[in-house]
Amino acid sequence: MANDLRKTKPLDWDTFKEGVWKENPVFVMLLGLCPALAVSNTAINALAMGLASTFVLLGSSTLISLLRNVIPKQVRIAAYIIIIATFVTVVDYTIHAISLELYNALGAFIQLIVVNCMILGRAEAYGSKNKVMHTLVNSLGMGVGFTIALLSIGAVREVLGFGSIFGVSLFGADFQPWAVFILPPGGFFVLSLWLVLFAALKRRSDLRGGVHAA
Amino acid sequence: MSDSAQTPAVPMPSSGRLIATLAIIAMLSGLAVVLVYQGTLEPIARNRREALERAVFTVLPGATVRVNFLLDDTGLHAVSDEAVDQANVYAGYDAQGNLVGLALPGSARGYADMIRVLYGYAPDQESIIGFTVLQSNETPGLGDKIENDPAFLANFDGLSARLNEQGSALAHDMVTVKRGAKTQPWEIDGITGATVSAVAVGRALRESANALLPKIVPHLDRLSRLEKEEY
Repeated sequence: MANDLRKTKPLDWDTFKEGVWKENPVFVMLLGLCPALAVSNTAINALAMGLASTFVLLGSSTLISLLRNVIPKQVRIAAYIIIIATFVTVVDYTIHAISLELYNALGAFIQLIVVNCMILGRAEAYGSKNKVMHTLVNSLGMGVGFTIALLSIGAVREVLGFGSIFGVSLFGADFQPWAVFILPPGGFFVLSLWLVLFAALKRRSDLRGGVHAA
Repeated sequence: MSDSAQTPAVPMPSSGRLIATLAIIAMLSGLAVVLVYQGTLEPIARNRREALERAVFTVLPGATVRVNFLLDDTGLHAVSDEAVDQANVYAGYDAQGNLVGLALPGSARGYADMIRVLYGYAPDQESIIGFTVLQSNETPGLGDKIENDPAFLANFDGLSARLNEQGSALAHDMVTVKRGAKTQPWEIDGITGATVSAVAVGRALRESANALLPKIVPHLDRLSRLEKEEY
C-alpha cells in the first residue's frame, strides 16, 4: 500500500500550523475561492462561513481518514464526494431542526460548503494518506487558516463597503460607502491584494530562514 | 504488467470490489440522509409553526389573541393551532376583543428561491400595517436587507391597499420603485443593490392582496369581533 512508503510525520504543532500559514487554503493553495469571495462581504458572514466550513472539513476529513484503507484508490474521488455531500446535508438538516434563527442566519452558507474545493482537496491530499489524529489536527489548522483568510477579506470589504465592522458602524451616518467592495469585483480586488501581501511576507520569511524559494 | 523496478506494483482491485465499495458507501450515505430527514421533519415543522405564530403578532402590533382561518372558495373556516400552517388568514385581536388586523401570507420568487412573507392588513385603514419575512434565501448582505433594512421596513407602516369600487381587486397595485422615487402611498421604496429581492416583495404583496382581500371583504363583519366559540 502506498501508505507504507511515506515516513509518518510526527504529530506536533507543525501539523496544526501548516494549514494556517504555510499551506493556507485561500492565500497559498488558492482553494475554496468561490465561497470565499461570495460570502465574505461582511465580517460576520465571513466568520460564520469559516466556522461552518471548518466543521465540515473536520468531520469529513476524519471520516475519510478512518476509511482510507477501505476505499480503493480507483473510486476514491467518487466515494469522497458522496461522503462530503452527505455530511453537509446532515449538518444542514440538523441546524434547521435545532434552531430556526441560526438556520436563517447560516442556512445559505451550509449548502455552499459542498462546492468548497478545500474540503475535497484536503481529503484527497491529506486525509486519505494520514492517520486519523494527524488528519484531525491538520484539518483544524486548515479550517482556522480558512477562517482567518475569510475574515481578512471580509473585514476590509465591510469597512470600505459598509463603513462598519461586525455590524458596528465606524464612521457614522455621513460615510459614503465604497459600494464596489461589497460586490464581486471588490472581492477580487481585496483577495488579490491579500495574495500579494501574503506572498511577499512568505518570501521574506523564506529568505530569512535560509530556505530556497520554491 | 509492472515495468518499474522501484515501486512495487499494486494489483488493481477487482471491479467487483470497486463497485461494491461505492455501492455500500452510497447506500449508507442515502440511509444517513433519509434518517436525518425523517428525524428532523417534525422539529423543523414545529419550528416553522412557532415562527409563524410569532410572526402574526409581529405584523399586527397591539394584537394579543390570534385566530386562524382558512379562506377558500367555500368560505371562511376556523382552523386549529395544530394546522396553523394550513391557514391563510390570521385574525389578531387586542385585549378588548377588537380586530387589530388580518395577517396574510404572500410569496414570490426572489433572487434565490421563493421568498415567503407575512403582512398585516387593517380593514378599517385599508392599508398594510406590518410586514415580516417568513423565509428567504436571498444573498447575505444584499438581498437579505428586505428582512431588516429600517428604511425598507418603514414602507409597510401604512402601505395603501385600498380595493377598487367593485371590491374585485386592488384600486392601485402596489409596486416596488427605486429607492427615493416613492410618490404614492401604494408604492414601495426599493433597496439599492437588492432590486430583485425588493421587487419580489412587492410582487408577493400585490398578488396576495389581489387574491385574498376581495374574498375577505364579505366576511369582515364576522371577523371584526372576537367570538369565543371559534377556538
